[in-house]
Amino acid sequence: MRNETRPIARRQALKCMAWAGAGVAWAVVGGVPRSVLVGSAKAAEMTAGAFHFVQISDNHFGFGKEANPDALGTAKEAIAKINAMPTPPSLILHTGDITHLSKPVEFDIAQQTLGELRTKDIFFTPGEHDVLDQDPGSLYRERFAKGSKGDGWYSFDQGGVHFVALVNVMSFAAGNAKIGADQLDWLAADLKSRSASTPIVVFAHIPLWPIYPDWGWNTVDSELALAELKRFGSVTVLNGHIHQVLQKVEGNVAFHTAMSTAYPQPRPGEAPSPGPLKVPADQLRRLLGVRSIDVVPGKTALAVVDTTLADA
Amino acid sequence: MKKRVLPALAVALTLAAGGPSWAAEAAITIKEYGFKPNVLVVAKGTKVTWTNEDDIPHNIVGAGSLFRSAALDTKDSFSFTFENAGSYTYFCQLHPFMTGKVVVNP
Repeated sequence: MRNETRPIARRQALKCMAWAGAGVAWAVVGGVPRSVLVGSAKAAEMTAGAFHFVQISDNHFGFGKEANPDALGTAKEAIAKINAMPTPPSLILHTGDITHLSKPVEFDIAQQTLGELRTKDIFFTPGEHDVLDQDPGSLYRERFAKGSKGDGWYSFDQGGVHFVALVNVMSFAAGNAKIGADQLDWLAADLKSRSASTPIVVFAHIPLWPIYPDWGWNTVDSELALAELKRFGSVTVLNGHIHQVLQKVEGNVAFHTAMSTAYPQPRPGEAPSPGPLKVPADQLRRLLGVRSIDVVPGKTALAVVDTTLADA
Repeated sequence: MKKRVLPALAVALTLAAGGPSWAAEAAITIKEYGFKPNVLVVAKGTKVTWTNEDDIPHNIVGAGSLFRSAALDTKDSFSFTFENAGSYTYFCQLHPFMTGKVVVNP
């Protein structure tokens, strides 16, 4: 699991998590990720004095089909896990697919349920499931992205990190996800005044690297966004959409996709379609979870820990 | 047999009385992340109905946004009547790699 330059096989990742008990911390030092036992002295040392935040993704409020008839229940378990973290996160990033069908009632349930998070600073970016209303994205924006630009993109600074929320679910052309020229122009202008030593965290729903284009697990113009990020020494890209943990490091850029709290999806290309993966009920919680991220002073790398709902 | 035909005939007559010519219908099934048939050829004035048979939602967006359905959950349907001849490509906004085409003959 060291020195990965390609997505980590889920089976392998799970083995590692089982071995670690509470999950695996990914310390990316000098562009090379290393796994570290969570709870070990090293992990504690690594995260001392860190700026701590959480990523939650793909709740799909409204989903209740066979792959998880109680997606609301597992979302609540994920929230309880975050609320129980020994160090409360300073903020939470939500990487989209908050709802399943963009229905007002689903948005209401989402607001109410996510309101149970003790950390109140939650920053959202929409998934394609959140922009299915007749005026695409309006229901999402009025609840979760007030004051954002264009289709819902924005940036902010916290804990010495520059956070950028990108929207790649609003392109209505046949084909694959797109960031689009307007947003790319905005991104270039937004990054212009930042120093190259500023750690950058970019979060968007659909992966910003080509994982499996046949299933739409890519963003066609992601390379244009990455070109704007090239001069920065520490770039972390956090995505959702594919309901599983995959990671890749390319130069100074570390890519991570997250687990869902609702249902798992198959590994790239390992099923006829990317539809919900049906697993025995006692295995479901090992495939759902949340992620915590530490920004450690003096280190260019962020420490990323994925915790499943089955972990203690 | 006659009992079945009569109501259909009544509907047809009602439509005829309303002005439009014979209203043809055609169906497209959404299954396993695909549109079946993928290319549908119909006559002008045909009402096309898409029905989602997958256990995850899809929707229909006509290129140029001529038509656009809401999210279709399992067994939900959406219909659009093609009044003009031409070739209409469409896709699913949730899975934009899913594309199909309706060819409308004059």
